[in-house]
Amino acid sequence: MALSTIAPAPPISETPSAKKGFRTIAVVGPPNSGKTTLFNRLTGLRQKVANFPGVTVEHHLGFIRDGSGREIELIDLPGIYSLSPRSEDEVVAINVLNGEMPGLSRPDGVLLILDSTHLERHLMLAARIIALGLPTLVLLNMADELKKQGGHVDVLLLAKQLGTPVALISATSGAGIEAISAFVSSHSEAPSPLALPVLADAKKCREWAYQVGHAASYRKPVSPVWTQRLDSLFLNRVWGPIIFAVVVMGVFQTIFSAGQPLSNALQALLDVTGKQVGALLPAGLLRSLIVDGIWKGTGSVLVFLPQILLLFLVIGILEDSGYLARAAVIADKTMSRVGLNGKAFIPLLSAYACAVPAIMATRTIENKRDRIATILIAPFMTCSARLPVYTMIIAAFLPNRPLLGSFFGTRALAMLGLYVLGFLMAVITARILKSSVLKSKDSPFIMEMPPYRWPTLRSLGLRLLDRSKAFLYRAGTVILGVTIVLWLLTTFPMHNGQPPAIQDSAVATMGHVIEPVIRPLGFDWKIGVGLLTSFAAREVIIATMGTLHGVDPESHAFDLQSALRHELTPAAAVALLVFFAFAMQCMSTLAVVRRETNGWKWPAVQFTYMTLVAYASAFAAYHIALLF
Amino acid sequence: MIFNFADAGIAALADLKEGQSAVLEQLDLAPRVADHLMNLGFIPGVEIVAARSGPGGDPRVYRVDGIEVALRRDVSSRIVVRALSRSVQ
Repeated sequence: MALSTIAPAPPISETPSAKKGFRTIAVVGPPNSGKTTLFNRLTGLRQKVANFPGVTVEHHLGFIRDGSGREIELIDLPGIYSLSPRSEDEVVAINVLNGEMPGLSRPDGVLLILDSTHLERHLMLAARIIALGLPTLVLLNMADELKKQGGHVDVLLLAKQLGTPVALISATSGAGIEAISAFVSSHSEAPSPLALPVLADAKKCREWAYQVGHAASYRKPVSPVWTQRLDSLFLNRVWGPIIFAVVVMGVFQTIFSAGQPLSNALQALLDVTGKQVGALLPAGLLRSLIVDGIWKGTGSVLVFLPQILLLFLVIGILEDSGYLARAAVIADKTMSRVGLNGKAFIPLLSAYACAVPAIMATRTIENKRDRIATILIAPFMTCSARLPVYTMIIAAFLPNRPLLGSFFGTRALAMLGLYVLGFLMAVITARILKSSVLKSKDSPFIMEMPPYRWPTLRSLGLRLLDRSKAFLYRAGTVILGVTIVLWLLTTFPMHNGQPPAIQDSAVATMGHVIEPVIRPLGFDWKIGVGLLTSFAAREVIIATMGTLHGVDPESHAFDLQSALRHELTPAAAVALLVFFAFAMQCMSTLAVVRRETNGWKWPAVQFTYMTLVAYASAFAAYHIALLF
Repeated sequence: MIFNFADAGIAALADLKEGQSAVLEQLDLAPRVADHLMNLGFIPGVEIVAARSGPGGDPRVYRVDGIEVALRRDVSSRIVVRALSRSVQ
């Protein structure tokens, strides 16, 4: 049987209204049906990234063209099992399909993607989607696996049963997807199924699905033994937890050992190009703005792009391969001790990359209180934006001595300590929340294990591209903006047409205003300015310090690390690290929390709580460190 | 339904040992939870195999309808099954 088989729906008389052609098509399917792979294959790089990164995770929009070259909008909906709203993900999908999502018009067609190797179970969703009455193309994905594992289905017979066109495809290889171009260029009709079950009755739906499968001569494939073999390794009583620990440590080790040289290379490149650009410009205010302000400021943040991408790459591999779900099973028992369940493990692990996608990922947690608790603790996880700050301060103050061979040194230990610190505060906070304001009965832990799969380069590449865009966007907007404002504040008020000494500049005045507040933590006004600007985003403090010392003749010749040693006592450096471990300094996170919790209450609580914890802990850390 | 554990084979899903299989009889759970489980394939009459588990036997992975689903004990102890392979108790 050719993969490209497309079975047309049985002809029925055309209604005039159906002849307009599609404008918006929703991509719908159960979790693990290959929906996102298909969406990426269809739209490729033509995905819309609206305003802020991560925020677009809600529903990716993409564009495809029909036969006449007209653009059709594709909406990628979260995976759903049925149309009864159980989790926030399902609510989003249902609202879009019913045209109740503000700002989105109701889709006028559906691409329903089902896993052909689990056809009968997935047909239960088909019954519900077909009942919506929207023109639908049913795509039976993983056709190659179905065939390889000895399964079979007759698409013509299935199309007759469902009253919709049906095609066998492989989203990974792209086989059969020409059926989609044919569908979007057609003037498709509402489905005309032979029969539909009582939708509210899962048992009836399952019986219907079985009968439809039977009528389409569906033969189940034999599931491969290696899924079970891998499970008996990854969920082994002894090896499971060991592999889990090795994987988590491996994630961090990769980032530090492979990320650092890459960052250094990028730094060298930026230094050289910065000098060349400087040489092209006449000496004066413009050169000062571009080289000392913008280049030094944004450049000092850009160098961390390799490390951040590595983190996303590693988490992407773990997720796409199916291991992360097994890790959730292993972590569940531990998570339940702090009142959360294993499903919170996945968002919390992603929070080590970035809290924004992590908070979006909490949508799969059905229990509302568990979800809010997870959202509130996620920013305590050491995100990639803290990484540059930690790296910078540790490198400036702690000489690297080997502890466990050359592999693990004092700096790595300090870094690990900070990761543990954030994690412990998350655990303490979760316990407090779950035993007080967010107390709830244990939510049932029901989790479908995705099959193990090789992650594809294509999907990993798209992820990384998405994250690079987000990071560069931030470097190009927030960080660039902050560096320009800072440069202005350091260059004015002018004295006799000359920029003032740094201690007479406008920024110094600002810094001196907040100095009394931060003096107890051992910080001077320069760090104060850094703290103020870092409330936009954590890594901005580096850009700020870069700009401040770039324009200060006293430290101009220093590299950033020596400048920091000039600025901070070792005890104050410890306080600064602790402050960054706990403080909520990220506008994007606050914005996404506001959106996900539908109001300012939780972001306000979170911001206040985290800032107080950060201040109190930094104060304590400073005074303890002074004793040594 | 009255649970009569003396009746050979009737047991809670949670009581299955790794590798044992059983036929699902009834879901004794809140309608929302039961509904979700049924969408995943936990339909009365279906065969379930107990597979690997997290540390300490909880949560456990069950194979049903060609997929694997992990359940915590609080859910699996309220799913009534009839054991197939060996007696459970």
